Amino acid sequence: MDLIQKNLLEQVAGLHEVPEGAYNIRADGEKMGRNTTANIDIVSKTDKDGIDIIIKPGTVNESVHIPVLLSKSGIQESVYNDFFIGEGADVTIVAGCGIHNCGVDTSKHEGIHTFYLEKNARVCYVERHYGEGDGNGANVMNPQTVVHLKEGAHMEMETTQIKGIDSTVRVTKGELAEGASLEIREKIMTHGKQYARTDFSVDMNGRDSRVNLISRSVAKEKSRQEFFSVINGNAACAGHSECDAIIMDEACVTASPQLTANDIDANLIHEAAIGKIAGEQLIKLMTLGLDEKEAEEQIINGFLK
Amino acid sequence: MLELKHITYEVDDSSDNREILKDISLTIDGHFVAVTGPNGGGKSTLAKMIAGILMPSSGQILLDGEDITGYPVTERARRGVSYAFQQPVQFKGLTVKDLIAIAAGKKMTVSEICEILSEVGLCAREYVDREMNGSLSGGELKRIEIAMIIARGTKLSIFDEPEAGIDLWSFQSLIRVFEKMRREINGTILIISHQERILDIADKIIVIADGQVRTVGTRAEVLPELLHTAEACPTLTDKI
Repeated sequence: MDLIQKNLLEQVAGLHEVPEGAYNIRADGEKMGRNTTANIDIVSKTDKDGIDIIIKPGTVNESVHIPVLLSKSGIQESVYNDFFIGEGADVTIVAGCGIHNCGVDTSKHEGIHTFYLEKNARVCYVERHYGEGDGNGANVMNPQTVVHLKEGAHMEMETTQIKGIDSTVRVTKGELAEGASLEIREKIMTHGKQYARTDFSVDMNGRDSRVNLISRSVAKEKSRQEFFSVINGNAACAGHSECDAIIMDEACVTASPQLTANDIDANLIHEAAIGKIAGEQLIKLMTLGLDEKEAEEQIINGFLK
Repeated sequence: MLELKHITYEVDDSSDNREILKDISLTIDGHFVAVTGPNGGGKSTLAKMIAGILMPSSGQILLDGEDITGYPVTERARRGVSYAFQQPVQFKGLTVKDLIAIAAGKKMTVSEICEILSEVGLCAREYVDREMNGSLSGGELKRIEIAMIIARGTKLSIFDEPEAGIDLWSFQSLIRVFEKMRREINGTILIISHQERILDIADKIIVIADGQVRTVGTRAEVLPELLHTAEACPTLTDKI
């Protein structure tokens, strides 16, 4: 692994070296390293690019790291990863993609992740996207996450895209059985002429299923963001989505929620707020000795924390 | 010591210019100074002007002899002026711990932050990681606002109606916090208030009405007359 790849690995997975436990590191379209454990198997797909991650029932306190690194300009790939989480398992999965593009060609990664959680399985899924490079080539990432939750299963997703991605369309779909729950926290910051779109769609099919989506974003300069969420309550369930955006400079933010209750006991809520940083917040921090730029930075960092 | 020399403040109303502060000259050298007077008399405007949030139309502001009139908010804060808002500002994502560390201007351990929160009567461990938002009550937000001022440890601490918008129970606790601050804090505390119990612990009381200084004196000199005037009205707060 060269220095560029090491830096990307640190940015997307917080790793300084090869992790303990199960992992699959993909670099420039190739498998760079893999490790499996007694409870977690990783198998390459034979029909298309990607892997199957199979986690045995009852596996607890284990993690899987599956970072993707693109350090050569112009690489474009679609990768299909499927996760099979056994009944009662409780694991953490750290994904993420880092692009270093110093050329003039577009580097693009499309990661299609499909999760199958068996009864009462629990997953904490962390995904971070990061781009860098001083070339004119664009960094494009289009992640798609499809989640199938069986009875009592629970999934937490934390997705972060703070820097260096010129264009992204993030698609998240979910279907929830009885008593299943899905919690998503999304953080996005765009600047320059970047574009980010979130498409979220979930069907709560089981009684007492729950979904909670919290999206916080900051749009700076001339960047554009679009947030679309569709929540369908097809049973006695509870759905909540919250889109909160700070808009700055000449940026543009769209939030478009859609709630559909197909059951009289479906309880669905959407909150959306788009606005600039409140003047009184800046002044408050300035009375504590920060200058305007420092105050702005603190507010944004806190907002996206 | 804070000196205000011939301070005026005018605002452009749609129809005409309105003078909010009219040639105010004051020397604030006491330890615990209360500013009181009727609503709309210019007290909060004066406090914001001292903090640099508003700039005077004319006049001079001197802090320990240094002319700070042209200094913006940040510069005044760095020179030792702090300001507690009447309505504490709320933040999404910034925690009590974050704000107190920003106020102190340094990294702080959790136990240091807890110590400051304890000074304002908060059971500290419960609060350090709470976001400074609507999940906290009005009284809690006020105390955290005061904790930030304590963390800064400034020469001049300004409080704009700390009693506003809090219930009687929280107010009693707030009084105890100010009594403690009066005993323990160095520097000058300038507090804008309508409350007799706050005026009662002030070394000096300044009465401002209609944009002008009406009276300046010790509480023994000012308070009896003020309360006597207020007797004509249903409540003290209605009058002053």
